[in-house]
Amino acid sequence: MKKLLITVMLALAPAMVYAAGGSGAKLDHVKVDLSDQASLQNGAKIFVNYCLSCHSASYMRYNRMAKDIGLTEEQLAEHMGFITDDKGKFKSGALMKATIGADEAKAAFNTVPPDLSVISRARGADWFYTYMRSFYIDEKTPSGWNNVVFPNVSMPHVLWSWQGTNRAVFKTDDHGVKHFEGFEVVKPGSMTDKEFDKSMQDLTAFMVYMGEPARLVRFQLGVYVLIFLAFFGVFAYLLKKNYWKDVH
Amino acid sequence: MQKLINWIDERFPLIETFEYHMSKYYAPKNFNFWYYFGVLSIVVLVIQIITGIFLTMHYKPDTGLAFASVEYIMRDVEWGWLIRYMHSTGASLFFVVVYLHMYRGVIYGSYRKPRELLWIIGVIIFIALMAEAFMGYLLPWGNMSYWGAQVIISLFDAIPGIGPVLAEWVRGDFVVSDATLNRFFAFHVIALPLVLIVLVFLHLVALHAVGSNNPDGVEIKKNKDENGIPRDGIAFHPYYTVKDIVGVVVFLMVFSAIMFFAPEMGGLFLEHDNFNPANILQTPPEIVPLWYFTPYYSILRATTASFLPILTGAVFLVALLAILDTRDMKKRMVFAGIAVVLAFGLLSGLIEAKVWGVILMGASLVVLFFLSWLDQSPVKSIRYRGWIYKLALALFIVAFILLGYLGMKPASGINVILAQAGTVVYFLFFFLMPFYTKWDKTKPVPERVTS
Repeated sequence: MKKLLITVMLALAPAMVYAAGGSGAKLDHVKVDLSDQASLQNGAKIFVNYCLSCHSASYMRYNRMAKDIGLTEEQLAEHMGFITDDKGKFKSGALMKATIGADEAKAAFNTVPPDLSVISRARGADWFYTYMRSFYIDEKTPSGWNNVVFPNVSMPHVLWSWQGTNRAVFKTDDHGVKHFEGFEVVKPGSMTDKEFDKSMQDLTAFMVYMGEPARLVRFQLGVYVLIFLAFFGVFAYLLKKNYWKDVH
Repeated sequence: MQKLINWIDERFPLIETFEYHMSKYYAPKNFNFWYYFGVLSIVVLVIQIITGIFLTMHYKPDTGLAFASVEYIMRDVEWGWLIRYMHSTGASLFFVVVYLHMYRGVIYGSYRKPRELLWIIGVIIFIALMAEAFMGYLLPWGNMSYWGAQVIISLFDAIPGIGPVLAEWVRGDFVVSDATLNRFFAFHVIALPLVLIVLVFLHLVALHAVGSNNPDGVEIKKNKDENGIPRDGIAFHPYYTVKDIVGVVVFLMVFSAIMFFAPEMGGLFLEHDNFNPANILQTPPEIVPLWYFTPYYSILRATTASFLPILTGAVFLVALLAILDTRDMKKRMVFAGIAVVLAFGLLSGLIEAKVWGVILMGASLVVLFFLSWLDQSPVKSIRYRGWIYKLALALFIVAFILLGYLGMKPASGINVILAQAGTVVYFLFFFLMPFYTKWDKTKPVPERVTS
C-alpha cells in the first residue's frame, strides 16, 4: 500500500507542482475595503452569477452572506430564488453549493473545481486579484486558456467577454528560462481595463469577506476590548502601588 | 461566612493550604519583569482549557468533516470565531511565555541547587506541551496539518529495526489517516491536558517547597527575622497577586491585539497552506512546522552527511577539555572511551545522517535535564557572572533565534551551513558549560537582595 502510494505520488509530482500554482509571477497589490457594502454586493453578484456555477463556497450560507453585505431576506428571495431545499421550497439558510456536480465537473475539466470559501486566506487577496486578470489564450491547453499566475490551470477565462482576449508575451533569457513580459490585446472586451480591474477588486473584496466573515466585526470589537483592558490596567496598577507602599 | 469557613476547615485544611501557598508563602521582594511569565503560563493554560472545551463541543474528529467543522465554528457558531482565535493565538503565546519563563530560569540560575527537580519538572512540562501542540495542530485537518504530521511521525522510521513498526503504531495506519486524527484528538483533549495539569501542580508544589529564586540568585531563606520570615521576602498574597494582575492585564492587551487585529500573524500563527484542506496527493511547496518548533526542526535538517565530521570534531573538543579537567585516570579513560564510541558511530556510516538528525533533535531537548549539573559556576545569577558566560549566552540566543528562522526557510545552500553553525553553538553552549563556567571570573554576591 505504502509503495503504491509513493509510486502514485511520484507519478503525479509534475501535476502537483502545477496544482500548487507556484509560478513566482509578480502579484499586483489590491486595496480591499470591507466597509464598502456596494463593492461587496457587486462582488457577491459576480461570484454568484459566474463562479458559483462550478465552484462551491460550501462553508458559507446565503442568508449569512446577505445579512453581512446589507441585503434583506426579501431581496435575497427576489434575486436568488433558485436556492431551494429538497422539496423545492425557498431556503435562505442553504449552503452556497456549485450548480455543477462533482462528476460533471470532473468530466468537463478533468478536475473538481476547488471550494472557494477560504481560498482568499490560502492564496492571499493579491494573488487572487492578479490571477483573475492574468488569463491569456493558449492553443496548447485543452480549454484554450492559460494563466500567468497559475500555469496550465484547468479553468477557462470565464469573464473573457468583459476583459476581452489577451495574448501573453514571453521572452526567453540566456539560461533558457521563460519570462513573462506583458499582455497583447487580441480582442477588447465589453469593459475597459479600469472597469474590469474595479470589478475584480470588488470580487476580491467579497472573497476576502467570505474567507473570514468575522473580519467585519473583529477590528471594532478589538478596539473596545483594548480600551476596557487599558482602563482596568490603570486601576490594577493603582491598586498594586497602594499595596506595595510598605515594601522597601 | 466565618462559620462556613470554620465548618470546611474542620474537615479540610483550607486555611492552612491557603497560608502555605499564598498568604504565608514568602517570595523575594525584588522580582522583575521576567518573573511575570510563570503566572502568565498558567493564565494561558486556563485560556486553552476553557476555549478547548467549547471548541470540542463543535469540532468533528473525522477526516471527512474536520476541516468543515472548523469553518463551521468560524461562521455559524455564536462567537465561535473568537473562541477559535483565542485558542490558536493562545497556542503560540503559550510557547512565547514558556520560552521566556525558561530564559528567566537560565539567566538567574533558577535551575541550580536546590531547584534541580523544579527545573526538571519544568522541562517535562515543556516536552509535554510540545506533544500537546503537535497533536492539536493536526486537528484542523489543513494541508499543512496533514503533511507536518506525516513528516514528523515518519521520523520514527529512522529508528533502526523497530522504527517503521513504531511509526505505524503511532499513526494506527500506514499513512496519517482518520485513525491518526481520532487518536490525536483523544490525546490532545484528554490525555495530555491531564498530564500537563498534574505536572503544573507538581511544579508549584516543588516551587513552594524550595522557595522562589530571584534576580540576584540570593537564597532569602538564609536570612530570616525573629518570626522565621525571610527578611527579603514578602507574602505572595497580597503583594504578588496584585502585582500579577497588572502583568496579566498587560499580557491580555498583547493577546487581544494579536487575536483581533492579526490572528494569522502573517502566516506565523495560522499558516496560509492550512486553509487548504488536507490533500494526500498535493504536498505543500515547503513543509514547515509552526514557529515554536522550528529551532528543533532546523537541527534535524542541518544534520547531513557532510556535517558528521564537524560534529566529531566538536565531540573530541569536549572530550579533550573533560580529560584535561580531571586528574582521575579512570574518569579520563571513560571520557576518551565515550568520544571514541561517538566518533565511530558518527564516521563509520553504520548510522545514517538522517538518524543522527533525529538523535540530535532529541538530544537538544534531553540536554536541558542536565543543566543543573552542567553549570559549575559559584554564582547563580547573570548579574554576578563574568564576560565568558555572558558571551556564551549571547551566542546561544543568537543561535537559537537563527535556528528558529532557518527552520521556516528552504534547507538549501547557505541556509544549511548557517543551521549547522547554529546547531554546533547550541550544543557547545551546554557541553562546554562545565568548563567555561569554571574559568569565568565572577563578582561577589551580596548577602541581601538588591532593589
